[in-house]
Order: sequence, then structure tokens, then C-alpha cells
Amino acid sequence: MKFRVHVALKNGVHDPQGEAALRVLKRNGLEGFKDVRVGKVLDVEVDARTPAEAKALVEKASKELFCNTVIERFTVSAVDEA
Amino acid sequence: MKVTVITFPGSNCDRDVQRAFLGLGASLIIGWHEDTKLEATDAVILPGGFSYGDYLRTGAMAARAHIMPEVKAFADRGGAVLGICNGFQILCEAGMLEGALLRNDSLSFICEDVKIDVEQADTKWTRGLAGKTLRLPIAHGDGNFYADEATLDRLEAEKRVVFRYEARNPNGSKRRIAGICNANRNVVGLMPHPERASDVLLGSTDGLQILGAILEGGAR
Repeated sequence: MKFRVHVALKNGVHDPQGEAALRVLKRNGLEGFKDVRVGKVLDVEVDARTPAEAKALVEKASKELFCNTVIERFTVSAVDEA
Repeated sequence: MKVTVITFPGSNCDRDVQRAFLGLGASLIIGWHEDTKLEATDAVILPGGFSYGDYLRTGAMAARAHIMPEVKAFADRGGAVLGICNGFQILCEAGMLEGALLRNDSLSFICEDVKIDVEQADTKWTRGLAGKTLRLPIAHGDGNFYADEATLDRLEAEKRVVFRYEARNPNGSKRRIAGICNANRNVVGLMPHPERASDVLLGSTDGLQILGAILEGGAR
């Protein structure tokens, strides 16, 4: 089963990469952007008996490795394999 | 006095730390990330570098290396642990110190000398350094110390901000924090490199005051 883990900086955690990207957008005349935040996406594939069990495994891995919960938060979503 | 310096794949300050401790008269134990046992030792150093290529986050992989449960157990028994630069990042990732090290606010890798004030002289690594200002090199891309405001207030109240950049904040760290300790004051992490200021040829010997603090307290 395939899942996509989205890791993002928590609100309030300074993101200099996002700010730099926002500055470049403004400098290049791309209007209307209010904020840019840079995150990460991890595409994972796991073996488990049920989708719920698989998702629980991915959430555990997200808490223990993929995401540093001091500064980041994450969401796990199932990827349609069709 | 036995000092264990742990090498991870991508550590690059391990030999500098070893050399500095040899110069101080310590005996060395070379630790390896895949070890599952620490030899009897008086102190453990997590050196600087780019362990595991900084993959995922700085220190993230190293914090989960085989040797780390042993390092944690050693610290829990009151053993002296020092994390330098990448070692500080590893200690935060391992949950042995609070906070995290984010990308420098300038987005640039910074390599320069800084002055840091020693604010706490009752940790294992700052004994006798009350009120001192040290000149040490920094060399990092991710040295921007972050913790939420409640954690920062608690670190300050518990007098666990051990080192603070003297005047200029080089990397955007909250409250100019350069290094902190754990609640038991035996685990210390800092971004500046004491081992790179350990010989007159390097321009400063201030780093020996930190590395040597542990030796003066125990048998050589």
C-alpha cells in the first residue's frame, strides 16, 4: 500500500527558504503571493494486512523519523494505486 | 580519564577532537556508529560534520544509529556528553536536548569566528568558566536554534542556556542561543567548535577551556 507523507514546518517556525522564494516571486513581478512555506513529501510503500494497519505504521514512522515534531507537523494520505 | 569520540559516516571533526583531547592528556576510545556497546568511559563526544550527508534533517539519521541508545543510557547515569555542531544537532534529534537547529536565517553556510559568553559554569563542560567570553569558530549551514517560546522561557528559567553569542547573532538563533544543557547539566550541545580553537597555530586556544573542563574535574 502506498502513502504520501507531507511534512511541513509548524506555524510560527521561521522558514528562510520560503521567505527567499517569496522575495524572488515579488522581484520577478509575480503578484498576489502572500506566503510561501517549504515542506517535504515522502512517498512510501508498506506491506500490512489492512489499510488501517498500514496507515498506522506510516504514522508511527512519521512521528519517529520522517518528522521532527519540535518544528514540523505531518499528514499521511493514502495514494490511489489505480 | 577516558574520552570516547563517536564517528558517524560523514563526521569530519572526529580526528580534530581526538587530537585536542590527546593534547590534554586524556586517553581516547574511538567509538563507531554501529557499535552497540560503549566501552567504560568518562565522557562521550559527538563531533561535528555532516553525518549521513544531512539526509532528511541534520542529525536525524545519526540520532537513530545503533550506538545512540548506549549514549542515552550513559547520559542517564550522569555521564558527561558533549555535542559539537552536528553533534548538537544529533542530541536535539535524539531528544537528549530540547529544541532544534534550523537553516541559518541568511541561508548561507557560515564559517567565521564568533564570541560566545559562558552563562552557566556549573555544567560538566563549563566548570571554572564563569563569566568568560570565548572566541571560537562556527562552521554550519543549520545553526539557527529554535524552540517554542514556552520552552525558551523554561530553558532560561532553569539556567540551561549555557552559551550565548556575545553581541551579533550569526544565524538567527532564538535569543542568540549558541549552546544549551539538559536538566541534569551533564549533556551539553553547542554550535561553535572548541576543537578548532585548540592550538596556537589555529589562532585560539579558547576551545581547550571547554574540552579541558571535564579533565580538571576527574582523574587524568
